[in-house]
Amino acid sequence: MKKKGWKELAIGGRIDEAGCAAQYETGSWRTFRPVRDEEKCTDCLRCWIYCPDSAIKVEDGKIVGLDLDHCKGCGICAEVCPPKIHAIEMIQEAELKQKEHE
Amino acid sequence: MKTIAEKTVIALTGNDAVAEAMRQVNPDVVAAYPITPQTELMHKFADFVSDGWVKTEFVLVESEHSAMSAAVGASAAGARVMTATSANGLALMWEILYIAASTRCPIVMGVVNRALSAPINIHCDHSDSMGARDAGWIHLHSENSQEAYDNAVQAVRIAENRDILLPVMVCLDGFILSHTLEPVELLKDATVQNFIGDYKPVHELLNTDKPMTFGPLDFHDFYFEHKIPQIEAMKKAPEVIKSVAAEFGELSGRHYGLIERYFTDDAERIIVAIGSTCGTTKAVVDKLRAGGEKVGLLKIRSFRPFPYAEVREALSGARAVGVLDRSHSFGAQGGPVLIEIRAALYHHADVPIKGYIYGLGGRDMGTAHIEHAFEQLKVLVSSGKSSDEIGFLGVRE
Repeated sequence: MKKKGWKELAIGGRIDEAGCAAQYETGSWRTFRPVRDEEKCTDCLRCWIYCPDSAIKVEDGKIVGLDLDHCKGCGICAEVCPPKIHAIEMIQEAELKQKEHE
Repeated sequence: MKTIAEKTVIALTGNDAVAEAMRQVNPDVVAAYPITPQTELMHKFADFVSDGWVKTEFVLVESEHSAMSAAVGASAAGARVMTATSANGLALMWEILYIAASTRCPIVMGVVNRALSAPINIHCDHSDSMGARDAGWIHLHSENSQEAYDNAVQAVRIAENRDILLPVMVCLDGFILSHTLEPVELLKDATVQNFIGDYKPVHELLNTDKPMTFGPLDFHDFYFEHKIPQIEAMKKAPEVIKSVAAEFGELSGRHYGLIERYFTDDAERIIVAIGSTCGTTKAVVDKLRAGGEKVGLLKIRSFRPFPYAEVREALSGARAVGVLDRSHSFGAQGGPVLIEIRAALYHHADVPIKGYIYGLGGRDMGTAHIEHAFEQLKVLVSSGKSSDEIGFLGVRE
């Protein structure tokens, strides 16, 4: 697709569309990946409330997955997950990638 | 013609004069840091808010960085926004000054020009706004409190012009203007309201019918393209500043341009200055002219955009030019005004130039200093050569 030239763009870097940050993938910063145990998770949604990158995907009140294209691995989700439940574990990306490779 | 009865001439400080302009503009939002280095300008405006003279949403914040951030947010939301600051306060806004300009927020800000630390100093010089000269704001300088008031009113129209949409600093010299009582003629409130009109933003962040993104991430693929319209807007600013001034002149009888030429037409020696020192220089020009000396003053009103063409025209007939700077650009050829004047004349006119630094940290600039500079320029006239040595007026050795 041909990119727009300066005469075609809105002033001030404005974009006439909202919520377009989702189109830009920022997950590659991550060194620790949250891994969620679906059996332990009670869908209390604390992680969904606290996630600073809206990376907890929820449908009809249930967690349906983690958006790893935007998760930066900050670990807040694992931290706020109730200790008795402990459904989210932060695991090193390198370790997971090694396993995936094998 | 106006009669005296229609005019309101009252004694105001420069701070009061800009605060009165803000009262008459009645902006939607003013965000400001309320403690020093803030000046009485905002103190006075706070009185107008608490006494109910304006309908402004007055946001008091914990720092100037936050003041400018709140101003940008409010402007993006679609509000008419004003603020004011000074010295280190302006320095603390630095990051957001650029964001205000490049996000195309037409904010108007009074800048009471005062020295930056260290050593700690609260008095006049231009190191604050000159340091911010590349941030993308329009800079209008004021010779006296009347001009500070007039510039503040005109700044709203300039900033909000659809071809411009850039923030404007209305600069006035700290203490020399900000704290000195002068007679100032105010327009009527209704006249100012009529002159500025209603503010209609091009885009509004709070318009939920047309959602938009402001301040996005913008890398090597688009950032460059987003800078060009900002450059183009600044290129159009001189014409807008002049047309707004022409309209303002009709209303007030006070006429402005990008520059003011004071006896420059036939002048052999010309001093270039900015701010309140222009008034002092005019007194010296009058005195020397009375003695038959062909001297003149070129006053720069608009430092950004810098009026290169007008400056060339005003100076190219002179045989020597002295440039007065109230701040230094350390490591450069001299102060920021000297650098601009040299750039304006290069390849266009071979006029000998000498730069002077004066008045740092509020050091008095008297008529004797200016007379001394005019006298030194005679050497340039006879040699026909520029002096690379910067003169420091009024400093002890």
